[in-house]
Amino acid sequence: MERVEPRPFPPGDYDVVVVGSGPGGLQAAYSLARTGIPRVAVISRDPAPGGMFRRFPVFQRLISWTKPDAPFERGTREYEWYDHNSLVGDEREHQALTPEFMDRTFDVPARSEMEAALVEFAARGGVRVRYGCEWLSTRRDEAGFVLGTSDGEYRCRIGVFAIGVTEPWFAPIPGLEAAPHYVATNAPDRYQGKSVFIVGKRNSGFELAQGLLPWARRIVLGSPRPVDTATLAFSPLSIRYLSPYTEHVRGGTGSHVVDAAIERVERHADGYRIHARGTTWEGELALDADEVIAATGFRAPVRDLPNLGVALVNDNRMPALSPYWESVSVPGIYFAGNLMQASPGLRKHGATSSSSSVVGFRYNTRLLAQHIAEKHFGLERERPSLDGDEVIPHLLAELAHAPELWTQKGYLARVVGVDGTDGIRDQGIVPLADFVDRDGVDACAVAVEYDVDGTVVPVVYVRRGGRLVETSLPPHPMHSFGTDEHRRQLAACVAPLLSRRASRV
Amino acid sequence: MDASAATYVDALARLSLFADLTHPQLEALAHSFGEEVFAEGQRVIRQDVTGGGFYVILDGEAKIVIDGQERARLRRGDFFGEISILTDEAPTADVIATSLLRCLIIADNELKAFLLRQPSVMWRMLQIEARRLRAANVWNG
Repeated sequence: MERVEPRPFPPGDYDVVVVGSGPGGLQAAYSLARTGIPRVAVISRDPAPGGMFRRFPVFQRLISWTKPDAPFERGTREYEWYDHNSLVGDEREHQALTPEFMDRTFDVPARSEMEAALVEFAARGGVRVRYGCEWLSTRRDEAGFVLGTSDGEYRCRIGVFAIGVTEPWFAPIPGLEAAPHYVATNAPDRYQGKSVFIVGKRNSGFELAQGLLPWARRIVLGSPRPVDTATLAFSPLSIRYLSPYTEHVRGGTGSHVVDAAIERVERHADGYRIHARGTTWEGELALDADEVIAATGFRAPVRDLPNLGVALVNDNRMPALSPYWESVSVPGIYFAGNLMQASPGLRKHGATSSSSSVVGFRYNTRLLAQHIAEKHFGLERERPSLDGDEVIPHLLAELAHAPELWTQKGYLARVVGVDGTDGIRDQGIVPLADFVDRDGVDACAVAVEYDVDGTVVPVVYVRRGGRLVETSLPPHPMHSFGTDEHRRQLAACVAPLLSRRASRV
Repeated sequence: MDASAATYVDALARLSLFADLTHPQLEALAHSFGEEVFAEGQRVIRQDVTGGGFYVILDGEAKIVIDGQERARLRRGDFFGEISILTDEAPTADVIATSLLRCLIIADNELKAFLLRQPSVMWRMLQIEARRLRAANVWNG
C-alpha cells in the first residue's frame, strides 16, 4: 500500500511563507529551501503544481521556445538560453525538464507538456507544498505578518506572494461586463460562422483571434493603442499570433484591427453593438457583432494586501515593486513569478524585462531567495575570490553565454567587486537597477542590452569612489562579444579598478 | 464597475500638460505609456546613465540632485527627463523620489513621435520650458 504523506507546513510560526505553486511559487520554494533559512512554508490553494499552466493558455500552446537540441548540452547553464520554459535547478536532474516532455510538434511546448515538466520539477527537486490551503487575508503583528488561510493562521517575518496575474480584468468600459472574458472562451467551435468583436490587442486578444480564424465569419480587434508592428514582429507573440494582423493589413479576409477607444458596449437580443471613437483617426464607429469577448487582460489577485499599504500600479492591476521585488510601500512583502514584471528595472530606451515569463522570472526568483536570506536572515551567499587576471575572461564569458544576461537584457547584470581589504570577488548576478543605485564597494557590472536602435550590445558599468561610468562596447553581427577588440575595450574600462587595488597592496 | 480602475486616465486628465487632449486621446496615452511607482528614496533618473525616459509626476514629490546637492523639488504635474532626450546626452542630474512617487513614463525613443502626434502637448511643454528658462535667467541675473 502506498504510504500517504501527511500534508506539510501546518499553520503556525515560520520565517518565510510562500503563497503559490505555479512556476514562480515552485522556483521560490526550491531556491529558498537551498538558502539555509530554517522555516519556510509553501502553501497553495491548488490541488497540484503548475499554476496557470494547469489550464492556460486557452488554445493549449505556449509562445516561448524550448529547443530540445541546441548548441549546448541539456543541463548546462548555457543551454538555459535555448530553453525558456524550464525552471532552474542546482543539480543536473532538476535542470532542463521541459524538453523531456516535448513531442517536437513545435519548438514551443504544449500546455500539457509544460504542466508535466513543472510537476516533475516539484517531484525531483523535492519541492514540498501544502496544497488545498488557500490564502484569504493578511494582517500585521509585532513579528511581521499573519496570513489567514483556509487551514488556519500562518505567522511569518517575510511573505513571498507568487500569485500570478490571473484574475480576469475588465477595462472600465460601460457594458463590457456583459461580455465573457478571455478565460471563458475555451471552445472555438462556439464561434462558428459568427461575427466576433474582441476588446483588446495584446497577447490574449491576438491569441483568441488566431484561434478563432478557422471558425468565425468576421473578427474585429479594437483598443485605443495602435499595434506597434516593429515591436510585435520581434515579440514572442509573432510566433503564433501575427496572422490576424497580417490579414487586416493586406485588406483582409474578415479580420480587422481598429485603433479606437471603446465608449460602450450595448447588449441586444441578437448580439451586441459596440460604440467606438478613433484614437489614430478621427471619427466614430458603431459596429454590430454576434459575440464580444473582453481580452483586456488580468490583474494580480492581491486580496487585502492594499489594506496593508501595498501600493498598486498599472491601473491597480499589480503591486509596485522595488528592484528586489519588494513592495515599494510595505517592507517584508515580496512577490515572485510573473508579478516580478511590476519591477521594471532601468527601462533603458523603454526596454521591458522578460520578468513576465518563466525565462525571466526563474532567475529573478532565485536571486530573490538569496536576497531574502542575506538581508533578513544574515545568510551570506558565497562570493568566490578571483585573481586579477581572471576578471576579464570571466566577464567576457558571461557576456557571451550567461543565460541570465541574455534573457534579462538591461535588467540583470554580472558583478565583480574590488575591495581594498577583501580582494576581488564575484558578487554574482544582481538586478542592474540595484547595482546602479547602490553605494557600495568599487565594482564593475556587465550587462547585455539593446541600444537606442535595438541593436544588442554589451555594456560595462564601473563604479569607483562612488562615481559610476557607463561604457557601451561594440555590437557584433554574430553577437560574439569575445573578440580581441571587446577584450581590449573591457580591459580598458576595468583597468582603473584593478590598478587602484594593485597600488594599495 | 470598480471606481479605482479608471484612475490612471483620470490622473492624466487632471494634468495641464494634457489639458487639450480629447478623451480618446487620453485613453490612447494611458494604453500606450505605462505608469511606475517609486519608493521614497528610490532614484528615477540617474546622472550619467543613458537611456532614461520622459517622466510626468501623477502623484507624490521628487528632488533634483546634482553631484549630491539638492537643486529643486518637483511635484504633481511637473515633468523631467526631456532635456537629456532632446540633447541626446545622459542626464546631468539624479531625480530621487522624496515620497511615494507615481509617474507616467514615455521612453526616450518614443517621445519625439508622441509629441509630433500631439502638438498641443508639445506647445504646453514649450511654454513651461520658456518659463523655466526665464526663471533661470533671473536667478543668474
